[in-house]
Amino acid sequence: MLVEEVERKLERILPRVAKPGRYTGGELNQILKDWDRVDIHVALAFPDIYDLGMSNLGLTILYDILNQRENTLAERVYLPWIDMEAAMREHELPLYSLESKHLVRNFDLLGISLPYETLYTNTLNLLDLAGIPLLSSDRTENDPLVIAGGHAAHNPEPMADFIDAFVIGEGEEAIVEIVEALQAWKNKGTSRSSLLRELADLWGVYVPSLYRVHYTDVGTVSHTESIDAAAHLPVIKRIVPRLGQPVTRFIVPYIDITHNRIPIEIMRGCTRGCRFCQAGMITRPVRERSVDQVLDAIEEGIRQTGFEEVGLLSLSSSDYDEIVPLVNAVSSRFAGQNIKVSLPSLRIESVSVDLMDALQGQSSRSGFTLAPEAATERMREIINKPVSTEQLLNTAREIYSRGWKTIKLYFMIGHPSETLEDVEAIAHLCKAVLAEGRSVIGKRARVHAGVSTFVPKPHTPFQWVPCDTFEQIKAKQDLLRRELRGQGLKLNWNDPRETMLEAWLSRGDRRMGEVIYRAWQAGARFDAWQEHFAYEAWMQAFDDVGLDPTFYTHRERPIDETLPWDHIDVGVKKKFLTEDYLWSLQGRTRVDCRERCFACGILPKFAALRREHPGEIWECPEVRSPACKQTETIPLVPA
Amino acid sequence: MRYTGHLDLQRTWERTFRRAGLPLAYTQGYNPRPRLQLSPALPLGCTSECELIDIWLETPLAPNEILTRLKDSAPPGISLSDAQPVPANDPALQNQVTSVEYRASLPDRLTEADLHASVEQLLQADSIQRSRRGKSYDLRPLVESLVLMSGGSAGRESLEMTLASREGATGRPEEVLLELGLDPAECLIQRTRLLRPPPQESQAN
Repeated sequence: MLVEEVERKLERILPRVAKPGRYTGGELNQILKDWDRVDIHVALAFPDIYDLGMSNLGLTILYDILNQRENTLAERVYLPWIDMEAAMREHELPLYSLESKHLVRNFDLLGISLPYETLYTNTLNLLDLAGIPLLSSDRTENDPLVIAGGHAAHNPEPMADFIDAFVIGEGEEAIVEIVEALQAWKNKGTSRSSLLRELADLWGVYVPSLYRVHYTDVGTVSHTESIDAAAHLPVIKRIVPRLGQPVTRFIVPYIDITHNRIPIEIMRGCTRGCRFCQAGMITRPVRERSVDQVLDAIEEGIRQTGFEEVGLLSLSSSDYDEIVPLVNAVSSRFAGQNIKVSLPSLRIESVSVDLMDALQGQSSRSGFTLAPEAATERMREIINKPVSTEQLLNTAREIYSRGWKTIKLYFMIGHPSETLEDVEAIAHLCKAVLAEGRSVIGKRARVHAGVSTFVPKPHTPFQWVPCDTFEQIKAKQDLLRRELRGQGLKLNWNDPRETMLEAWLSRGDRRMGEVIYRAWQAGARFDAWQEHFAYEAWMQAFDDVGLDPTFYTHRERPIDETLPWDHIDVGVKKKFLTEDYLWSLQGRTRVDCRERCFACGILPKFAALRREHPGEIWECPEVRSPACKQTETIPLVPA
Repeated sequence: MRYTGHLDLQRTWERTFRRAGLPLAYTQGYNPRPRLQLSPALPLGCTSECELIDIWLETPLAPNEILTRLKDSAPPGISLSDAQPVPANDPALQNQVTSVEYRASLPDRLTEADLHASVEQLLQADSIQRSRRGKSYDLRPLVESLVLMSGGSAGRESLEMTLASREGATGRPEEVLLELGLDPAECLIQRTRLLRPPPQESQAN
């Protein structure tokens, strides 16, 4: 189908769908190259709607890198909303790119971002709308190469049947090597399997079809076997030694999207070691950008986009070395320009209040967010987020006294060893925070509690623990609904069925692929959107495939079980995760690892890389060796 | 661009001024809003050749300087034609405009003869009851004129309409097309003129 025909069909379809501005492209700062003058055509896809996908920083970075290459073009693809999908199917309009309106199936490479697991059925739908065979094994030399990356891809197995190659870890350099391999292969004109072998040899690239998974009699993974000389075992995640120049040329949408802002990543990785946090484990080592680099990027970003908001992004902003100088410089340099600066993920301490104070100036102070994650000191020690309740209440008082009326508190239920008393403590803590507010500003004080449910994620110290059952979650949420009520209190929670889905998808093995396929066939898509979540379709899919969902979610996995993602090496040693899990059972905590190295394994894993890039580019402390060896006995099944 | 709603268009302008480095004035208070006013909302999907915007700047600048900088910073789909100072106490553009002209290019299979009768019938009627979003209203008094033209863009027939644009009495071009038995999605609708009783040109302050 020609571009002109796509445009003709759009003329007829767009006036009939909601928010047609999602489907037109043509925004300020989009990059449109002459299709016939470049060799490699890359479609970068976010498998959800424009409104969400436009805010994805990962794809924005890759778009920038790829379009800087003379011989390559990169264009954007998002999933149409339900009404547009129906119209496209009715008018036989396959998925197209926003920039040039070429069909996605005519690109050489389709790169899909998978930051979270509930995008999996959407990914199948995206391939289907594009007219690309869903199964990697069905694709030919005439189909685009389909690659994926993002945090969810650190357990690639559930999507292994559908993706030709995963990038494990950071994509900035890997994408260039992939494009170069693709170009060399196109010139040679050899088979698709030879391309896949070339890719498998690249650092950080995982080609699932070159591995075979073996299972034990009880259905757990026995081992993952490399069935091709090019397929490395384990697959080591990709990292960049230092963060490059931040992107400043962001596409400015004509319509309202989820985040209307200039996102500047000030730091990658986190040294806090919260045991539930997958991001904190898989994004090591910690690398920071300099204050000057961040300030220049903000200035250039404003010049290029005119956005009204700047987001200084990281996993834990308060831990950025120069956070106070950065915030002071930002507030003095950009004062009076009516620009809002947001600083998410602040620690629970009074300096965080100072930072927000400096950033927000006299603008409206609607809500201040803190994430204690658990309500008792015992639980916070188990998850390694040790904050005393006294410190939390002091911070809360400080927040109310500086003009904020609402404090949002984020908690998780379902942490290992949690009791109903620990859950009830969430209600007590919220009321205690509200009481602090009332003592400062009276009846205007508000507390909003967001209570999500913990899912044990791969590559974390909690990867062995079971999830709460549906009934346990229900009981805990009922308790909260009973206890957390009254003037000034608000409670949000997640549907336990959505938590179950997230758990199956994040903890699944390769056999989950068929479940995902059947659930999609039965109509599951937009699983992350409450109103479209089709629980029945998922249960039916498990039934059809003959798998038991509770096998993935409610089973405590022995320490010596081979996990479906064990052949993916994120640099943090399994031995470290095991030790940290045992420490948690004993209520032992770890301090910020900037202060003291706990030998997670990242330094020896990337020792060569660090030697090539000397200086303080990583936030890891100097390690004196040989360290004093300690012996610790590891029981196979923890008590 | 034509699928950008009114509020999103305001934001597009705010960003354009920021990119241009022009000191747009903001309202006071906890939730400062940029001081800019657009002409009556352009229906989604319509293009226009005649939009107006009133803006307030913190510091006075020559209209030409403003125009040049905006031209350099405007997004694809917006082109600027003129900038002029206006009295600060002029009524809002929303209230100055009383009627709006639109031109709908009709599907090429249609000829003037096909539509002549239905246009006449609409104009002859005393009242035309229609309902939009569950509310019924009389379309007829909102239609000030309706003229079929031939040989418009790409040789298509077109329909020129003048519709009322007053508070609580806004004629919508797609409603007129529907009443004539046309599918608005098949017609390109362009706004061609904003009518203001004491004629004034586009402006900046």
